[in-house]
Amino acid sequence: MSLRPIDWLVMLVYVAFVVGIGLILKRHMKTSTDFFLSGRALPAWVCGLAFVSANLGAQEVIGMAASGAKYGIATSHFYWIGAIPAMVFVGVFMMPFYYGSRARSVPEYLRLRFDEKTRALNAVAFTVMTIFSSGISMYAMARLIQILHLFDAPLAWLSISPAWGFHLSILVSALVVLVYVFFGGLSGAIYNEVLQFFLIVAGFLPLVWLGLKSVGGWESLKARVPAEMTHAWMGMGSPHTNPLGVEWFGLAMGLGFVLSFGYWCTDFLVVQRAMAAHSMSAARRTPLIAALPKMFFPLLVILPGLIAIGVAAPATRPAAQNSTLEMKTAPAADFARGLIPAKTNGATGEVVRDSDGKVVLDYDLAIPNMLLRYFPSGLLGLGLTALLASFMSGMAGNVTAFNTVWTYDIYQAYIRPGASDSHYLRMGRVATVAGIALSVMAAYLATRFNNIMDMLQLIFAFVNAPLFATFLLGMFWKRATGHGAFFGLLSGTLAAALHHGATLPAGAVAGIKGGWLGPLLHSYPSEMAQNFWTAIFAWTTCFLATILISLVTRPRAEKDLVGLVYSLTPRQREQDVAWYLRPAALGVGVLILAAALNFIFR
Amino acid sequence: MGLDIRWPIGLMFLILGLLLGAYGLWSDPVIYSKSLGVNVNLIWGAVLAIFGLLMIALGRRGQLRAAKTKNDRDATAR
Repeated sequence: MSLRPIDWLVMLVYVAFVVGIGLILKRHMKTSTDFFLSGRALPAWVCGLAFVSANLGAQEVIGMAASGAKYGIATSHFYWIGAIPAMVFVGVFMMPFYYGSRARSVPEYLRLRFDEKTRALNAVAFTVMTIFSSGISMYAMARLIQILHLFDAPLAWLSISPAWGFHLSILVSALVVLVYVFFGGLSGAIYNEVLQFFLIVAGFLPLVWLGLKSVGGWESLKARVPAEMTHAWMGMGSPHTNPLGVEWFGLAMGLGFVLSFGYWCTDFLVVQRAMAAHSMSAARRTPLIAALPKMFFPLLVILPGLIAIGVAAPATRPAAQNSTLEMKTAPAADFARGLIPAKTNGATGEVVRDSDGKVVLDYDLAIPNMLLRYFPSGLLGLGLTALLASFMSGMAGNVTAFNTVWTYDIYQAYIRPGASDSHYLRMGRVATVAGIALSVMAAYLATRFNNIMDMLQLIFAFVNAPLFATFLLGMFWKRATGHGAFFGLLSGTLAAALHHGATLPAGAVAGIKGGWLGPLLHSYPSEMAQNFWTAIFAWTTCFLATILISLVTRPRAEKDLVGLVYSLTPRQREQDVAWYLRPAALGVGVLILAAALNFIFR
Repeated sequence: MGLDIRWPIGLMFLILGLLLGAYGLWSDPVIYSKSLGVNVNLIWGAVLAIFGLLMIALGRRGQLRAAKTKNDRDATAR
């Protein structure tokens, strides 16, 4: 079976709307604030849904379903422990400083609070990271489209080789995102992220319903898969008794504190969405509104992965690496678990095995295979459009964050200060084109040097892990100094690299997975445990080094820190909004709901 | 920012809902063996169209409210 006209029509309607929104917004882009910060004029619910959608890139939808199939409900920790508490913290405690300081970006806050060098370090690392993240998102999408042979029929009709499907996917997605960000700026991205949010829900909700119906409901699914896959906290007392290979302390500290707070509280990609809100109150509500749908996302993205494992393997397996959408190469199908086929070598077609000779499963195909198994023509078009929407929102999120940090924190700060506002608006558009062109290059780099991309992601992890310590001290300890922040960050990154170099996950070979320093100090039961502990080491080192260096260097005058540090900033009084809309009340409500979900799926 | 996003969202979901619903009415029932015999195009198309109409109604309400606030403000200013 190939896609029918109705499926293409659904995709075309979506593309027409996202491009149309960008073009409509073009006439509202008069100043650089309009372009980079949506004129700080958006309502909280729009920013909130964009906040959650900007993070819904390739890693989220495909990766979380893959983890759902591999580890089960324990993957929900990435939401209930690894996102919700940090989202509440940034809304209640940190947003007053981001929004109230009138900083236009996260690096700019670092300049106001600390100094120029700390900002430069953060701005450069961030711009490089966004380009590669966007490139990886683009690469993942093009690979998926290639595996599903989506463009084969139209290409055959044009007498073009199917191999061009990959290039066409990259070109089309880059062009669509380019149009709506180039013309609509941050508003174009945010409005489309809201639209994409609803589309992702609309595309995946019937998948969960049909999947659960086919396995006979949740209770029946529980009976079909191992018990630890349907419980989030089972066996978390020891790293050896749960599928994640990590104990509760490493999970709570590494994921729940360091990594989660480091991402949700300091990454400009998400913080930018809140900074576009029309008021301080709306900016503070943004992450809290986002937390509500976020905590139910495991239902949409993790559950399909679990169902893919629990469902009986079909007679003809969906998904494909040959010429039709329904056939799967025979060897891969023979080793399948539910709807998850074995991973095959792209060149030889042979099944991939690990160092112990066990077959490696291609968990990334969980969502695509579920779509192909349960969705007839029509709904299949909607499901695939939802998938494309998630890729595009992730890419656009990175591009808008890149163009802002590049223009304000690098170009205006170091290359051309003092130019007119219209000049920076033009630079923002140039940066959008350049950002997308660089993302395309990064996507092609990923096709040639997979290891380089792995290595870059590892370096980003080293750079990001200590970041939250810098912000925490910056916002809540007035004695923290610029030298302390800068050298604290560097020492945290160094600590992360050293810890990674001296440890190794079980069964891994020294190299990109760790252990490259020579003598091994420790062996972790899983790669996840190693990642969490690398983050804990990096954060602690940065925290202590920043304190020590700050104590021996000269602090800034208190009058310069008003609005930037907690103890020197007047408390926000939210008298003009109903009590249940105040950040503290919303935050408590969100935390109670998240705790209830943890309890239900314990 | 000059555009109430509820309008385009509403319109898009209404169009998608009508498209899927119409396809559900006229498509060959054989294709629904995949979806366990359920005509999901018809059902989900109806759900999406209703959601689209709801968003349009909310957008319309927002527009009327904004116009009323503006009138009140103008009246106070006079």
